[in-house]
Amino acid sequence: MRVLTAVIAIAVGLMVLLGYFFAEFVGIQTLLLNWAVILAGVASLVGIFNLIAVHTDKVRRAEKGGVYSALLVIALVATFVFGLILQPQHQIMQVLLNGIILPVEATLMGLLTITLLYAAIRLLRRRADVMSVFFIITAVLIFLGSATLPTGDVPVIGTLIRPWVSQIWALGGARGILIGVALGTLVTGLRVLFGIDRPYGGK
Amino acid sequence: MTSLLALGILLLTAFLLLVVALLTRNSTPRFREIPALTRLVRTLGLSVEDGKRLHISLGHGSLLDERGGSAFAGLAALRIITEKTSVSDMPSVASAGDPALGLLTQDTMQAGYQAAGVEELYVPTTSRVTGLTPFSYAAGAMHIASNENVSTNIMIGHFGPEAGLLADISDRDYVTLIGASDNLAGQSVLYASTQDALIGEELFATGAYLGAGTSHSASLTVQDILRWLIIITLLGGAAAKFVGVI
Repeated sequence: MRVLTAVIAIAVGLMVLLGYFFAEFVGIQTLLLNWAVILAGVASLVGIFNLIAVHTDKVRRAEKGGVYSALLVIALVATFVFGLILQPQHQIMQVLLNGIILPVEATLMGLLTITLLYAAIRLLRRRADVMSVFFIITAVLIFLGSATLPTGDVPVIGTLIRPWVSQIWALGGARGILIGVALGTLVTGLRVLFGIDRPYGGK
Repeated sequence: MTSLLALGILLLTAFLLLVVALLTRNSTPRFREIPALTRLVRTLGLSVEDGKRLHISLGHGSLLDERGGSAFAGLAALRIITEKTSVSDMPSVASAGDPALGLLTQDTMQAGYQAAGVEELYVPTTSRVTGLTPFSYAAGAMHIASNENVSTNIMIGHFGPEAGLLADISDRDYVTLIGASDNLAGQSVLYASTQDALIGEELFATGAYLGAGTSHSASLTVQDILRWLIIITLLGGAAAKFVGVI
């Protein structure tokens, strides 16, 4: 069974890959990718069941934070049922989305701003080295250079230093890091394609 | 022309991976020291002894796009971490922000228990999908980090700025944090929030440093060879442009 799953995965992976280089494989590539999208949709349902299983288990065991778990399960089931009955485009469902889900995510984004500011303040205490000093100086310069003032850009910092730092130093560094990440992704992808790494089939 | 070049790079990489793996299969790999990964290896040993669990966050990278690379690297690390900590009283917990990744997380953890010979100890609810958007995922993962007796948060995968929330909760609960992301924003947040962040391709070295085998250490060598080829090409291109050849 394990060999069969590996053979199927490798064959499918190769056909999808060949579709990028040879026109003869484009049809089968599209078909397989469409199947993958459908399977990803089914996986979403499995993921939601997993979420329900974890949180109902917490409620049953009366674990710490069990109240939140109960609230999550109730909200999840209610949203699912209402979504099925009313359809996602219905006004009530839109109110749920725009009135609860989006503001909660926006709040977390707002919290993140404070969290990052706090992390930057604590950085030198955590790791007092040259790179940390550069990190903070760069962040402050970019921050000041991007600030919108009634009088316009901050002189020199906004017009000269920020573009110089962000478009030359930062862009060069970012490209270097992204090349490294791309090479890592390429080699990792090949390991999975060859069946060396098999995060499927229970082995 | 571009697709031919891409195919060429792909075939070259595959060839190098095969050759390097064959040549180095009997030798002991030597790596430069990466403080975060040294700490990770030490943490694995300690977690079994101190009666606390590890939380491995695999991020919200989809397997259907380019972010899948970091997800697979995270899964490779998860496989070894699970195997090494499976006999602990407090089993490791893994969280994912993508449903397909969540399924593979379950499969990978089960494989880790199987490899350790204690498959009966595997609890399916230890691998979880905590949310389907970056912030809902982070919120769910934060709950695990602060409420489930976690000693170390290991973040390996695709994380954006929301990694800062997980880093903050770890900091507040005195939980050790080891973080790696393939996303630039996530990397900078982790750099500012953790003791030793993994930058760039160091994320993909996790498996090799944890002892995943010859293929992982061969991958690092291949990445180094390709990196030198890119450097030479860039410098050659710049020199050719300078002298007016291209």
